Amino acid sequence: MTSLALDAEQLYAELRAGVGRLLTPDTVLVGIWSGGAWLAQRLNADLKTDRPVGTISSTLHRDDFGERGLGAVEAATELPFEIDGARILLIDDVLASGRTIRAVVNELFDYGRPASVELAVMVDRGGRELPVAPVFASAKLTLPNHQRLSLVRESDGRFTFAVKETT
Amino acid sequence: MKILIRNGRVVDPASGRDEAADVAVAAGRIVAIGHVPADFTPDRTIEADGCIVAPGLVDLAARLKEPGPGALESELAAAAAGGVTSLVCPPDMDPPLDEPGLVDMLKFRARKLSRCRLFPLGALTQGLAGAEITEMIDLTEAGCVGFSQAEAPMRDNLTLSRAMQYASTRGYTVWLRPQDASLSGGVAASGAVATRLGLSGVPVASETIALHTVIELVRQTGARVHFCRLSSAAGVDIVRRAKSEGLPVTADVSINSLHLTDVDIGYFNADMRLTPPLRQGKDRDALRAGLADGTIDALVSDHTPIGHDDKMLPFGEAVPGATGLELLLSLALKWGNESKLTLAQALARVTSDPVRVLGEALGSLGQSAGRLVEGGVADVCVFDPHAEWQVTPEALHSRGKHTPFDATSSGTRMPGRVRHTLVAGTLAYSAEPSRSAEVNAA
Amino acid sequence: MLARRNPQLNAHGELIHLLSIEGLPRAILTQILDTAGTFLSVNDRDVKKVPLLRGKSVFNLFFENSTRTRTTFEIAAKRLSADVINLDIAKSSASKGESLLDTIANLSAMHADMFVVRHSESGAPYLIARHCAPHVHVVNAGDGRHAHPTQGLLDMYTIRHFKKSFNELTVAIVGDIVHSRVARSDIHALTTLGVPEIRAVGPKTLVPGDLREMGVRVCHDMREGVKDADVIIMLRLQNERMSGAMLPSAGEYFKSFGLTEDLLALARPDAIVMHPGPINRGVEIDSRVADGSHGVILPQVTFGIAVRMAVMSILAGNDA
Repeated sequence: MTSLALDAEQLYAELRAGVGRLLTPDTVLVGIWSGGAWLAQRLNADLKTDRPVGTISSTLHRDDFGERGLGAVEAATELPFEIDGARILLIDDVLASGRTIRAVVNELFDYGRPASVELAVMVDRGGRELPVAPVFASAKLTLPNHQRLSLVRESDGRFTFAVKETT
Repeated sequence: MKILIRNGRVVDPASGRDEAADVAVAAGRIVAIGHVPADFTPDRTIEADGCIVAPGLVDLAARLKEPGPGALESELAAAAAGGVTSLVCPPDMDPPLDEPGLVDMLKFRARKLSRCRLFPLGALTQGLAGAEITEMIDLTEAGCVGFSQAEAPMRDNLTLSRAMQYASTRGYTVWLRPQDASLSGGVAASGAVATRLGLSGVPVASETIALHTVIELVRQTGARVHFCRLSSAAGVDIVRRAKSEGLPVTADVSINSLHLTDVDIGYFNADMRLTPPLRQGKDRDALRAGLADGTIDALVSDHTPIGHDDKMLPFGEAVPGATGLELLLSLALKWGNESKLTLAQALARVTSDPVRVLGEALGSLGQSAGRLVEGGVADVCVFDPHAEWQVTPEALHSRGKHTPFDATSSGTRMPGRVRHTLVAGTLAYSAEPSRSAEVNAA
Repeated sequence: MLARRNPQLNAHGELIHLLSIEGLPRAILTQILDTAGTFLSVNDRDVKKVPLLRGKSVFNLFFENSTRTRTTFEIAAKRLSADVINLDIAKSSASKGESLLDTIANLSAMHADMFVVRHSESGAPYLIARHCAPHVHVVNAGDGRHAHPTQGLLDMYTIRHFKKSFNELTVAIVGDIVHSRVARSDIHALTTLGVPEIRAVGPKTLVPGDLREMGVRVCHDMREGVKDADVIIMLRLQNERMSGAMLPSAGEYFKSFGLTEDLLALARPDAIVMHPGPINRGVEIDSRVADGSHGVILPQVTFGIAVRMAVMSILAGNDA
């Protein structure tokens, strides 16, 4: 694992500012497990929304179930509020093909009918395969296909990035 | 036809002969063992380098019924391929052998094939129903060597004792499977494996109760009894005690019970569905010791050819039995090797000892069957003791391809391969190189 | 004998058939239980469906009738968005009809992806698993007396839900164990998950001594059996399985092995009482105990759907 010349804390600060501008009195934050969930939790506390924060997993709606099998079971969806009529802001660490977002939106609709769903991400690395667009991204960059980028939460709560080579 | 078997090692358990010698055969008899006259001009010479020249095997239990037409031809061919020159078949054919005409027909058909001598057991009761005894004298004149209930247990001790009494009038031997009618309904041997797998069990008591009952009737009637397919340590002990008492009883064990245990059922392998069922390790050990010390007189194949459809069923529904004629020699040798016996000792249990069990029933044939003696019948098995083979459907001549020793389930390498079999001086079988499924012995 | 790979696992040690709990590593049992937890929450959503088995066909092959088990499997498969086809092949020994393997071959030709099989003969699902097409998964819904692995797993889920850890439990299984596939599956699961004390309790005709070799303590006295137990699993007295006289009467059985409030008092104060159902009130269990605070019989039913969803989705995601 090598650290990219990306300062995660710096990008978090920009995400916080961007999300702060998007928030309305009704918005609920829902973080996509795992990196997005950490971000949403910290954002919810830092922005003092006074509302619960949700966590959502794409496990049960992924489109690669046939190849990969069921995968991690720790990823569970917890949405401690009414979904019907909610204004939801999804938070994720890295956006690429858009397939995770598609799965997560499907998962969301199993719980009810939200009024609106928007997406804010820390890094948009491009390579979209579905019509998904964030309303805010702290950084836009290109990475080779064989590198996987993910957020890491250190033991003291600080964020860093990890890059893994996939063969 | 004059045949010379050259350069083989002659092993005859009955006489103790074990030496390199040529064997000359003419007019169905052995004319010389060693010291072959110089003017003996053979029509055919069999090169037996590196091979054992032994008496043809005598198998006391081989079923010939099923599957399908032509069963007699294929199964007797299997016998010849297995080096078996005489076999005893139980009476549970379709219809059962309870009429002299049926026995005549069977013997006639077998004689025409010239592959193996056939000695049928007659039914002890009409239709094997356990009620009325058969015409044993007529059946014996037609060629039966004893009387049996096959797998149908006698439910009625009164009828059994009368049947044994009648048989003993002429000294006929009654062949009985020791199993209690009401305790033998299970599909596997009672024990930890059957309990774990959820299979209904046959307790050892089924065998011991039946043995005790029959032995008690032997004491009363004086009948000769041969116990078919012992399966338990307790059973071996009972037979041992009966013999030490001087009672006229003999016993055999199948190749399956001699080598396998209930653990070999594995994941419900229907090839292990057998009767008697495979018991535990200590039973197998006792059977092996009993065969070695002579408590058990003979090793038999218990050959039962079963069609594929009858084995491709859940364990409890599969038809019990396995093919065995072509494995008898190899499994006798395997047991002998593992028990540190001499070749002659191992071969005795499938040649001279089975003949002793048959006793007077063989008539004059009894003087030379199961042995190699000058002037005697030329029933000979020439085999390579060092060749090894694996049991595959292609390697078997029998129509029954199902056996627990199948290469895919057991991986067992079978020691010893038959090269030639002679019955009454005629070549009944010669191995074709392409047919064998041999693996290179180390 | 050749060492044979457990037919339930592929070359990577992943589960491709669920035939029996015996022989499965602890990690796989834990994976199933953990996954079941995820699916439990699906049952609380508005849309109680996830698309994991969408486009797959699950065939329920019940050679032995059982409406409740079949219904649970059907619900579980439908919640995974599978297409479910129910085949009640009433097995009659008089009319042989089509052979088991011919039935399987015909169904495979109809593009079945998963067979859920219940059969009265021990070992039948193994035969099916050996002969079905490579991509087809087999789930044993009960074979003869041998195994009922999904019931065993759901019993373990129930225990884990109420007791959290398996490591220090005393579990008593009471009743007709010799004829019970549920008991065998429970015993294998409990030993694999590390439960230190497992007791098999019942009269000698129903609890044979050689059960010890499965890792249980055999008790023929109910007081000894339930003393200080954390979990008591009561089995149903199965009249149809007993051939011939093994018990004189249900009444006499209840007197010596029925779970009453007095006997329950000998167990731990927080003991739970389980029963795979259906319950014979007044035969193996007193009504007051069945309906009392120690009974967890109804939650067991909810867990059953989640466990079966977990099993089916794990299997569907693994290749042969």
